Amino acid sequence: MAQKNTDISVFGRVDWWTVGIYLVLVIAGALSIYSASYDFDHASIFSFSEFSGKQIRWIGLALCLGLVILLIDSRVFDTYAYPAYIAMLMLLAVTIVIAPDIKGSRSWLVLGPMSLQPAEFAKCTTALALAKLFSSYNFHLNASRNNYFKALAIIFVPIMLILAQKETGSALAYTALFFVLYREGMSGLVLLAALSAVVFFVVAVKFSSALIFGIPSGQAIVFFMIMLIMVLMVGIYCKRSVEARNLLIWFASTSAIQGILAAFGVPVPGYIFFVCVLAVACIYCMIVKFHSAARRMGLVVASVVAAVVFVFCIDFAFNHVLQPHQQMRIKVALGMEDDLRGAGYNVNQSKIAIGSGGMFGKGFLNGTQTKLKYVPEQHTDFIYCTIGEEQGFLGATAVLLIFLALILRIISIAERQQSVFTRVYGYCVASYLIFHLAINIGMVIGLCPVIGIPLPFFSYGGSSLWGFTFLLFILLRLDAARK
Amino acid sequence: MRKDYKLEKRKYVIGGFIVVIAFIYLLRLFNLQVIDSRYKDSADSNAFLRKAIYPSRGIIYDRDGRLVVYNQPAYDVMMIPRDVQQFDTLDFCRTVSITPAQLRRRLADMRDKRLNPGYSSYSPQRLLTHLSPEDYGRLQEKLYRFPGLFVQKRILRQYSYPVAANVLGNIREVSQSDIDADPEYAPGDYTGDLGIEKSYEHFLRGKKGQEIFIRDARGQIQGRYEDGARDIPAVSGRNIRLSLNIELQQYAESLMVNKKGAVVAIEPSTGEILCLVSSPTYDPNILVGRQRGSNYRKLVSDPDKPLYDRAIMAGYPPGSTFKPTQALILLHEGIVTLGTQYPCYHGYVNGGLRVGCHGHASPIALKPALQTSCNAYFCWGFKNMIDRRGKYGSSANAFEVWKKHLVSMGYGYPLGVDLPGEKRGFLPNDKFYNKWYGEGRWSANTIISVSIGQGEVLATPLQIANLCATIANRGWFITPHVVKEIEDTVIDAEYTRRRHPTVSPGHYQPVAEGMRMAVLGGTCRAADLPGIEVAGKTGTAQNPHGRDHSAFMGFAPYDNPKIAVAVYVENAGFGATFGVPIGSLVMEKYLNGSISPARKPLEQRMLHSNTIQFSGTKKH
Repeated sequence: MAQKNTDISVFGRVDWWTVGIYLVLVIAGALSIYSASYDFDHASIFSFSEFSGKQIRWIGLALCLGLVILLIDSRVFDTYAYPAYIAMLMLLAVTIVIAPDIKGSRSWLVLGPMSLQPAEFAKCTTALALAKLFSSYNFHLNASRNNYFKALAIIFVPIMLILAQKETGSALAYTALFFVLYREGMSGLVLLAALSAVVFFVVAVKFSSALIFGIPSGQAIVFFMIMLIMVLMVGIYCKRSVEARNLLIWFASTSAIQGILAAFGVPVPGYIFFVCVLAVACIYCMIVKFHSAARRMGLVVASVVAAVVFVFCIDFAFNHVLQPHQQMRIKVALGMEDDLRGAGYNVNQSKIAIGSGGMFGKGFLNGTQTKLKYVPEQHTDFIYCTIGEEQGFLGATAVLLIFLALILRIISIAERQQSVFTRVYGYCVASYLIFHLAINIGMVIGLCPVIGIPLPFFSYGGSSLWGFTFLLFILLRLDAARK
Repeated sequence: MRKDYKLEKRKYVIGGFIVVIAFIYLLRLFNLQVIDSRYKDSADSNAFLRKAIYPSRGIIYDRDGRLVVYNQPAYDVMMIPRDVQQFDTLDFCRTVSITPAQLRRRLADMRDKRLNPGYSSYSPQRLLTHLSPEDYGRLQEKLYRFPGLFVQKRILRQYSYPVAANVLGNIREVSQSDIDADPEYAPGDYTGDLGIEKSYEHFLRGKKGQEIFIRDARGQIQGRYEDGARDIPAVSGRNIRLSLNIELQQYAESLMVNKKGAVVAIEPSTGEILCLVSSPTYDPNILVGRQRGSNYRKLVSDPDKPLYDRAIMAGYPPGSTFKPTQALILLHEGIVTLGTQYPCYHGYVNGGLRVGCHGHASPIALKPALQTSCNAYFCWGFKNMIDRRGKYGSSANAFEVWKKHLVSMGYGYPLGVDLPGEKRGFLPNDKFYNKWYGEGRWSANTIISVSIGQGEVLATPLQIANLCATIANRGWFITPHVVKEIEDTVIDAEYTRRRHPTVSPGHYQPVAEGMRMAVLGGTCRAADLPGIEVAGKTGTAQNPHGRDHSAFMGFAPYDNPKIAVAVYVENAGFGATFGVPIGSLVMEKYLNGSISPARKPLEQRMLHSNTIQFSGTKKH
């Protein structure tokens, strides 16, 4: 087998589809940066004093790096995963101390003419370390608590260091690695809980002004959602359809009575109503559990209790834990406030730029909004605006679909591996890309709060481009070595 | 082989997650880019700065081509509020000579949506208007220190002669109702106010143009949009040539100084108004520029009402200037012939009624009656007409016939002069008297004073001048007008069409002869100009405001009339004391170009007399 592997050159086994998508993305990125920073002085696209010229230099070096990575023996990555991880953690820690303060963040290492962000490269070492952990002999995530602890430690140590650098956006990207844990056996309830938490939070905050049953309508909606989830969990997760039906009847009838009382002007305080109704439902579930030894009922009750506690925490967390500017960003993203001068300015201008593109766009270099600097950070975090404005809906869709194709291709590459190391590593790459794509484009089109992370391969900047190039080409090298 | 096929299915959850996200984002993009058009408009107002180019307003000349109204540049300071950064307010105020308090109030007014409904922080707003060229020069040098401000060139009117304010009018900023009525206007535009500036606004204003600039996020202009290909040039307003002789106007105004009243002179053959004086008047230059507001308020509150154009608005009792109309009607209706004589025993005495008259031969025929302005003759004639039930059926019917003739001569309704605000004077009708006295309870004697231009009859000086022009033409007139030519346009056909009153033209010659006799040996001998045959008619109108009004109408030369003039001086006494001298001086000035030495003392007396002191005082 090993003989066969070395017979055929690595270039014969590389996944050229992925390389092709990568090249399309970086070239489109360079053109967008040229357009975004295009001035009326008609500077050359290749001029090294321009963003696009510099980006082309970054791309050239990135391609060299990619080539070098493909020529390295694939076992190197496995072997040196932990040392590289440890070294990178040290570099992250050192960066906090020696990095200059740039707009409040201490994440840039200045090396002569260029500045690099170690946080972007730590993505790669963290992915390798996680892959190494999962590929260690007889490792099963669910085998012991200790395994969870190890995996979470690998993820959270870099997060803490990067948070200390005040790079919240980059740090948040590491949470995407929960997708990897899920793929390797973590319970789906964790993802479900995370999704529910986001939905509950959005609903509770967004509809906090109007009152229903004497409580904010958002909270009331969340309570009804908790009821629905409880019925579904009992019915599907615990496979107890009779109990699920009973719960449904209980919730529906009590809610109807509450509604009728409210309509006739007999106010029953909302919190008391919801807590009592859910408490009765939980007691019912516990009785069922003890009576017929129903599986997982305890988990359902725990989830409901946790959800109710979470609802009561949202209000406090939003108003007292989050900073005012963060509250404002969330309100802007939820469409509750415009704040066109402050937090909403970027997003509003970004939406104007994209919205003015229309179906076919204004044409390359013809975008007025991006060209005239209405959109801030347009060559970095808001580069997608340039596409939207100049290439229109068709161009924006094309870019989105190419990213989607890349992610799905990486998932399929990961799944075709025999080696756990490569599979876990592949999922890490996919997870980072999912997070960056969802958050960056979501923020540009005003669906997510503004979190400053780049669009992979597109945004101007060497660190991000090189970081993602490392990630992708190591995967390609590992894939080329598959048996 | 450690592959767990149950866990492998989880790839669908992870892949499905990003597919769902991508799908949501696609919907959002479709909504933003294809469905919702708001963002395109926002992008336009972001990136395109549209600056109006104001056309130069039409120039106004008098009938001989003298420059009367022209344009001078003025400078408005414009502000794009969202581009304004902190600047040295004190320095700015000093540069443009205002106080910081004024600037603060101006800023507050500008942002007040009630005062300035078009306010938007993205579009240029007018901060200060009418900077003087000196202030402009100083500001232009420092403009770079005040980001968000720029200077827009506008035009102000300038008047070569400080006269004819009532004819020329002026310009003012448009009001919200102007903007609502005409989409051509935008806040800060100018529109004509009063005079021909208002009535010929559409010709004078021209068409605004537009320049489109590309503006970046800091408000800096990056260049012209498509190199100016989409710019629209401004179209200048049309020049106008007045029928006014501006020097005659100036001369007539000087004669009317310290008097209340009006002088109207018409060229009979064309209906062109040669001068249209309303006194007291004002210098049109005071309504230009930044002091316009305060001066305008002063004019409005002036008890002598300088803004009130007496020549076309004031309804005066025409007095004896009305008698020629009576002569025409009586002749036309066959009530009298040239030979008919009526007795006058120092007045008209009938049915316990007495209308006084002055000493002259009796009985008297039509022409001498006009010559001596005999009240009795026209009272008798009027009585014979109104009370001739055999012919008309009733006094009311007879009165309607009488009135119909007068309306055809231009009385009772606006003549249609091309100036805003012309009033109709007043002619009563039978219904008016039926209401006043009761139906069938009035007769000629009840209303006898209208026959001598007193009582209910009121006429504007323009109507009196028009009557005079009609007699000069021996039976027709053209609607009086002040604009002779509009550049590249023909004037309204109304101002070239002859109008024929209902009285047969043949009856005008004897009336003209009577008026000629009045000059030669009657009430207006002072109008007998050397070398020019003048015909005229005085008027002395009783009124409730004090001394009699002095009126005169006349035309010259008698056989080939070049000018018909009407003069009306409030509370100045007999027609012969002020009306005749002023009217004759205006005619002499127009026809001869100068006043003969023999008449210089008369001219001096008119220039320096004051009758305004008698206005409003009780009769003594």
